[in-house]
Amino acid sequence: MAKHKSKEKSTMKKVLRYVGKYWYLVVLSIILAAVSALLTLYVPILIGDAIDLIIGQGKVDFTSIFAYLREAAIVVLVVAAAQWIMNVCNNKISYYVVRDIRKDAFEKLQILPLKYLDSHSSGEIVSRIIADVEQFSEGLLMGFTQFFTGVVTILGTLFFMVMLNPKITIVVVCITPVSLLLASFIAKKTYSMFRLQSETKGEQTGIIDEMIGNQKVVQAFLQEDNVLERFDEVNERLRKCSLRAIFFSSITNPATRFVNGLVYAGVGFTGAIAVVNGNLSVGQLSCFLSYANQYTKPFNEISGVITELQNAFACAARIFDFIDETPQTPEKEGAYVLEQVQGSVDLQEVSFSYEENQKLIEHLNLQVKPGQRVAIVGPTGCGKTTMINLLMRFYDVTGGKILVDGTDIRDMTRNSLRTSYGMVLQETWLREGTIKENLIMGKPDATEEEIVAAAKAAHAHSFIQRMPKGYDTEIKEGGEGLSQGQKQLLCIARIMLSLPPMLILDEATSSIDTRTELMIQNAFAKMMEGRTSFIVAHRLSTIKEADIILVMKDGKIIEQGNHEELLGQRGFYYELYQSQFR
Amino acid sequence: MKKLLIYLKDYKKETILGPLFKLLEASFELIVPLVVAAIIDVGIGSGDKNYILKMCGVMVLLGVVGLVSSITAQYFAAKAATGFATKLRHSLFEHIQRLSFSEIDRIGTATMITRMTSDINQLQSGVNMVLRLFLRSPFIVFGAMIMAFTIDVKAALVFVVTIPLLSFVVFGIMAISIPLYRKVQAGLDKILGITRENLTGVRVIRAFGKEASEISEFHGQNEGFTLMQMKVGKISALMNPVTYIIINLGIIVLVWVGAIRVNQGDITQGEVVALYNYMSQILVELIKLANLIVTITKALACAGRIENVLEMEPSIRENINSVSKTSKDIGKEEIRKDAVKVEFAHVGMTYQGAGAEALSDISFTVKKGETIGIIGGTGSGKTSLVHLIPRFYDVSQGKVLVDGKDVKDYSLKELRQKVGIVMQKSVLFKGTIRENICWGKEDATEQEIWEALEIAQAKEIVDNKPEGLETQVSQGAKNLSGGQKQRLSIARAVVKKPEILILDDSASALDYATDARLRQAIAGLKNIMTVFIVSQRASSIMHADKIIVLDDGKIVGMGTHEELKQNCEVYQEIYYSQYEKEEKHGEA
Repeated sequence: MAKHKSKEKSTMKKVLRYVGKYWYLVVLSIILAAVSALLTLYVPILIGDAIDLIIGQGKVDFTSIFAYLREAAIVVLVVAAAQWIMNVCNNKISYYVVRDIRKDAFEKLQILPLKYLDSHSSGEIVSRIIADVEQFSEGLLMGFTQFFTGVVTILGTLFFMVMLNPKITIVVVCITPVSLLLASFIAKKTYSMFRLQSETKGEQTGIIDEMIGNQKVVQAFLQEDNVLERFDEVNERLRKCSLRAIFFSSITNPATRFVNGLVYAGVGFTGAIAVVNGNLSVGQLSCFLSYANQYTKPFNEISGVITELQNAFACAARIFDFIDETPQTPEKEGAYVLEQVQGSVDLQEVSFSYEENQKLIEHLNLQVKPGQRVAIVGPTGCGKTTMINLLMRFYDVTGGKILVDGTDIRDMTRNSLRTSYGMVLQETWLREGTIKENLIMGKPDATEEEIVAAAKAAHAHSFIQRMPKGYDTEIKEGGEGLSQGQKQLLCIARIMLSLPPMLILDEATSSIDTRTELMIQNAFAKMMEGRTSFIVAHRLSTIKEADIILVMKDGKIIEQGNHEELLGQRGFYYELYQSQFR
Repeated sequence: MKKLLIYLKDYKKETILGPLFKLLEASFELIVPLVVAAIIDVGIGSGDKNYILKMCGVMVLLGVVGLVSSITAQYFAAKAATGFATKLRHSLFEHIQRLSFSEIDRIGTATMITRMTSDINQLQSGVNMVLRLFLRSPFIVFGAMIMAFTIDVKAALVFVVTIPLLSFVVFGIMAISIPLYRKVQAGLDKILGITRENLTGVRVIRAFGKEASEISEFHGQNEGFTLMQMKVGKISALMNPVTYIIINLGIIVLVWVGAIRVNQGDITQGEVVALYNYMSQILVELIKLANLIVTITKALACAGRIENVLEMEPSIRENINSVSKTSKDIGKEEIRKDAVKVEFAHVGMTYQGAGAEALSDISFTVKKGETIGIIGGTGSGKTSLVHLIPRFYDVSQGKVLVDGKDVKDYSLKELRQKVGIVMQKSVLFKGTIRENICWGKEDATEQEIWEALEIAQAKEIVDNKPEGLETQVSQGAKNLSGGQKQRLSIARAVVKKPEILILDDSASALDYATDARLRQAIAGLKNIMTVFIVSQRASSIMHADKIIVLDDGKIVGMGTHEELKQNCEVYQEIYYSQYEKEEKHGEA
């Protein structure tokens, strides 16, 4: 509990730090809120005063009424202006604050270690940066616009009412809490109904996801009727509990309206008696009635705002958790910039594990001379990505070191290390934008000729040309609209263009038809000439031509050597070779 | 929206009574200012305290009646709205289940799920709101105006000017800001897109060292988004102040006109107060009305989208009149060995919306009990071909015949009963393993289930689970590995002993040894099943009775492994890319 509180406090502090940057807007907004709330309350008084002067036929004092009404008109204009400026200020504050938060979150995203990103689903992170921030923004805006105004209005109303007539004020003050209690009572009672409703909704969404998502299987097994029956059962339950939740919560409004009616009647009665007794004027009574109408509104609003703010703070806490996540180890001061790469890669006593108690790689030694080819072999899920993770320094080794051209990769800038590798993975990734924009990722200043040459080398030129706008065709997020094979070719072309000194290739077998695959093989071979290459290999020919074969299983490197050596060992590689390639 | 109204049909009573009770409540609300006026003019005027007390009692009574009718109205509205949504959900779900694969492909599952969930929910609250407020708010606005007229026609003219002006401003601001809000939403989607892209592509972005440029791109979008928000914010921030000015200036004019009228002796002071109260009521209701219109617009958009799905007709029309054969007949057919089981006659197929044919001029016959291998690169049409047998799609040319009868002449049920299919993506459903297997055959006996598991090489999976067949499969079968899922979905297809078994690349997650055992087990079913095996691996199909080689939607080779190895270029390419060239040399 105490921990919870302190966390709340630190969230508050952080929010204030972001808001503090715009303190002048906050101050302005608060002043304007006070001005507009108080003046809003002043208007009914002026109107009441004017009404008081409308006594009866022939007894109306037009000059004085005019004076009151003129004053009222001026006040109204001032209030409106204050409200508008205040709204604009509040918009500015909340939009600027969330803009800053979003910016920080995104910048953080770029320096978070992959370990974090790999262990959290992208949906979850996106929902923090987008949905949580939006929710926070809304809560903040609402808090600013309604919370302060509400408080000032309540205090102001009380003040004016006491000034007019303390006795009637007591009537108002006594009855209004009833409406608040009633509202919170209903909210409490309906909470469990709403929970049941959202649980049932969740259950139904589960069925919808599962069945509609796999409609083809449902139809193939002729299960439509059974599935519909299951759906209907939940659907009916949902109807019942929705009805209860919606109905009971919808009582709130009429009920509070009723209580307000009571307040109104109470004020009407005591007020009218006071008028008869000569303690109050008719204008003041009408003013009172209008206050009685307004008085409860800010209470309801404030209670709404408080839940909204709590919600917003919960969102903020989640965002700050993300922003405060430990970033990857910062680069050393004056880190070495890898240039003119020869391409020797040296793994010395390398140990690595994702989880502390689950050792994967231990004391791995591997010397790759410039231009050599390393094939990584093993069944699916054997952990070939682990090797890529270490070479690219997506993850840091837990023991030993990796040297490129004799320098520890932790002593060089990540950027220079990573751009020295060209990487083609099986999970292709293209960004939203034109084909050209995708191709020049590694070489932003490439000329038209270079781009076409690279695409031709990757056998991508012909299909690109067939697309509606050629190289300027827009591709959607995730490369929708392109076949898996085409996406792969584009990824290869991307590397062909920048042609870095070392390569990491994932030999993709499944998604490209045989002919294209052969062409890609040739392209790969051309690319690998004279370049140190690490290949996740599936094809025997690639493996046999490799200088070094790393055999991986269950995340570990279990054998290492060239084809003949490994066959001679009669170990796992031998078995693999026998079962898969014979 | 019109078409969806039929789902409210069963709630006629509620849809009519709900708003009526709301009107009742509103009418009582409209009387209150008159009572106040009476208190001021009669009660205070004559100093009659009893009268005042009586009138306040009337106000409380009005409140009670209002409360009762309002709660009744809320109940009817909630009942109609939830009932409507429930019925609609049922129909939509049923409808989606009837759609053929072409429509499913076209709409996309994500869209359909949104229609089923958030769209219907929005529509439900829309209906609820409409039933509650649709009559009430305009009624109060106009009612207040009419009441004002009954008090004094000349003073009421102020209302005639104020209300249209107010409506114009409120709806004008909305009309300007709603499209802008849509733009803001688009901006947010853009930011969301960049963020998601950066997460899915984090390795590539870092590999190219693009972090800084990503940040600066995000900055640009973020900044633009904020500016857009600000612009819309400025406009919608006008709403409150402007309405405030109009209504209060209206009141000021009203008091002024009232003063003149009172001076002339046409109305009383209390009546001026009543007019003033009516003006305030109007403001409150107009703002509610504006919100209601936003909700309605959203709900209508949802309704339109739902209707689009509902209007979509399944492109496959089944022949309902097909006479189902009795089990006796089937028994007779068993005897006729060598009968042609499946025949493709010059089949061409084009996916909806696609330009080129996915399959063209496919002709072959398969005899009962044969095993057919289908091989080819991605996009060569393997899956399209086998999907024509259970009529998931319709051919655009030629015919597909099963047991000598065009698949279009069967009822879908009868046809699909003959076919067991294991799809490329193996899908299991939430429930026990037993329930999943029983999808294939509802009344499968214990023995049949175990037999199927054994054939599918899935026995050990179940054996290794402490709860055996009753083991729960979680949603999306996340608690099973890819290979386990594949084997269980094979068991599901095998359990009903279909006449035709289709394995669509369904051994891809199995290791070679298991794959081999599986093929052997399936070969043992030869006398009862005709089997189609689709694969990219030559090893999976090389022992088939007949191999069909597809390339770009056409048959480029057909025959046994040995024949194709001799004379089919594409087959050679595939084969030798997977098996070593030396083998060729060795054999030669």
